[in-house]
Amino acid sequence: MRFKKELDYVHLSKYFYIFSITLTILGIIFLAVLNLNYSVDFKAGSNVDVSLSKNLTVDQIRTAVANIGTDHEPDITPGTQRVTIRYDKELTSQQDAALKSAITKLDDKASFEVNTVDTEMAKELARNAIYAVLISCLGIIVYVSIRFEWRFAIAAIVALIHDAFMVVAVFSIFRLEVDLTFIVAVLTIIGYSINDTIVIFDRIRENLRFGKQKTYDDLKNLVNKSVSQTIMRSLYTAFTVFIAAFFLLVLGGESIKMFSLAMVIGLLFGAYSSIFIASPLWLLLKKNQKLKSKSKPAKA
Amino acid sequence: MKRLLSFIITVLVLAAVMAVSTPGLLDRVRLGLDLKGGFEILYQAQPSEQGQEVTRASLLQTAASLEKRANVLGTSEPEVTTEGTDRIRLKIAGVTNEAEVREKMKEPAVLTFRSAAPGDAEGTYSKVELVGSDFVENAATVGRDNLNQIEISIKVKDKQKFAEITKRLLGQHLAIYLDETKLSDPFVRAELTDGTASISGNYTIEEARNLADTINLGALPLKLTEKYSQSVGATLGKQSLDQTIKAGLIGSVFILIFMIGMYRVPGLIASFALILHTWLLILVFVVADFTLTLPGIAAFILGIGMAVDANIITNERIREEMRSGKSIMSSVKAGSKSSFRTVMDSNITTIIVAAVMFAYGTGSVKGFALVLIVEILLSIFTNLYFARWLLNMLVKAGKLSKPKQFGVKESEISAL
Repeated sequence: MRFKKELDYVHLSKYFYIFSITLTILGIIFLAVLNLNYSVDFKAGSNVDVSLSKNLTVDQIRTAVANIGTDHEPDITPGTQRVTIRYDKELTSQQDAALKSAITKLDDKASFEVNTVDTEMAKELARNAIYAVLISCLGIIVYVSIRFEWRFAIAAIVALIHDAFMVVAVFSIFRLEVDLTFIVAVLTIIGYSINDTIVIFDRIRENLRFGKQKTYDDLKNLVNKSVSQTIMRSLYTAFTVFIAAFFLLVLGGESIKMFSLAMVIGLLFGAYSSIFIASPLWLLLKKNQKLKSKSKPAKA
Repeated sequence: MKRLLSFIITVLVLAAVMAVSTPGLLDRVRLGLDLKGGFEILYQAQPSEQGQEVTRASLLQTAASLEKRANVLGTSEPEVTTEGTDRIRLKIAGVTNEAEVREKMKEPAVLTFRSAAPGDAEGTYSKVELVGSDFVENAATVGRDNLNQIEISIKVKDKQKFAEITKRLLGQHLAIYLDETKLSDPFVRAELTDGTASISGNYTIEEARNLADTINLGALPLKLTEKYSQSVGATLGKQSLDQTIKAGLIGSVFILIFMIGMYRVPGLIASFALILHTWLLILVFVVADFTLTLPGIAAFILGIGMAVDANIITNERIREEMRSGKSIMSSVKAGSKSSFRTVMDSNITTIIVAAVMFAYGTGSVKGFALVLIVEILLSIFTNLYFARWLLNMLVKAGKLSKPKQFGVKESEISAL
């Protein structure tokens, strides 16, 4: 498998920019209107996951848990041999025990996972998550600036913020639940999706050393050449991690489903952005530098 | 010939070591509560009386008391750690009466010494004379008196106050209550002026010890509130473990097939390096006694996909050199050299993010970040250095002389 013909990635990227910008705007609108579907990790309360040995209806469960001593109705989401019950307020340990015994009466093989987070802790988790994302980005900017130059750093950071934001947008649009593992997934994507970008940037830097690029076309050809030289590598490396994330999503434990889904989405955007967003963006930044130096009198 | 021999010996010895040790290693991996069932609570500690502060010493004291309390309740291997300046994390596995344990843990029982007030029924006492914090922390000890009877001695902080109380209550009962439960109601036999009280009676050594423990626990210096809790049923934990491991195995097999199908001999070497990498990771977990959580396993599996990045980048580069017409020997040399920097750069950025996650994360997030960091470091060793070393040995031994062995078709090679 090899691309015999060199594609004009820079030219193609115009359409992908439009695609990404549209998706970003859509994401911002959805975030502004609907926000994210936060789990108890970020908005306090209790989340009860029950694994059942038989299928129970929502009504059966609602009736069973009606008398555990909470003053509000829980949110009940059924699944196959599985049900998620969510309370906006934290369950006390008595209520927790009452709920478990009520459901055990319906199904004596039921197994529970209960997560309870209090308001203050939820705020703290959310704050730490934001700090972690910001500091990670900063760390990458610093590292890439040291190893490459600032233009690469900016292009790389735009690409990875794009990847992270796309995952957030998709989760907002499809109302998927955002919990602590989601943040872990976003951070992992930030750390990983830059790998493909670095592979291409490394090649651009290497190719820059051969010969002088005098015109914009020279630079554009250089980017196209670098992308096509590395595209199989990028696709393969993204593919192997994708396989891992995909099987986690399809076969892995229920409580890391959202994590795996976020990883899968992030990986796809990561591979895409390193080819169609990062490299053309670097070209854009570099072009301006070239034009500036052109206006000065040429040195001997 | 010598090179080929050392290649074969290396591979065989490592394969044998892995095959023999793996079952034992797997048994010794410590599993997190989300995989084996149990519960975890994060407490915030506050001073039990207003105006006091949470000190490092009182936090440690409280953690120690919690652990003791968990032990007294008959739980297996409770794990109590302090976090930050005012937090305590408690992990208990395999508890059947979770609600009861949680209740006992959360509510720091109030220990009081009481005397009978006018109007109290026979055997009940309502006038509080001393509270838990009046006693020196952890002061209750079990011993024997002159008559070889079991006695519990406790120390109070304020000698004079105690002297006054014992003088007033001489010949009467001074009962010990934990919350509203009467534990014991010993007689005051003498005015006690040295600040040490002895409780003796018809106790068995077991009872006396329990009472002493309770008195010590009652002197819990801080009040605890639950900030976060997670409880996972044993069945659900096992289910998560089985499903996720299965996902990992299938995913890994696909990755190995992909590598071998794509890169032939170097792909085989990469697969071997990957298996070594996984084995080493398990070894690190056992030796360092890390706990493996569900997100940890997820990191483990993702890491397998990431580790082969090094091999893909190197092998693609080697193939590129070969296609340009270079000899296999110099292609391997040039390919390894120029891909090294790229591999390091991309690994370091992932480590940066994992380190931030480790610093800002709590509980399972830390677990995930830790696995990721260890995994990347190991993969630099196995999938970069070790795989390259194996490949070089084969190439120098002359066993890799056909482009086909690298997955390169002759027709793709252009003349130099």
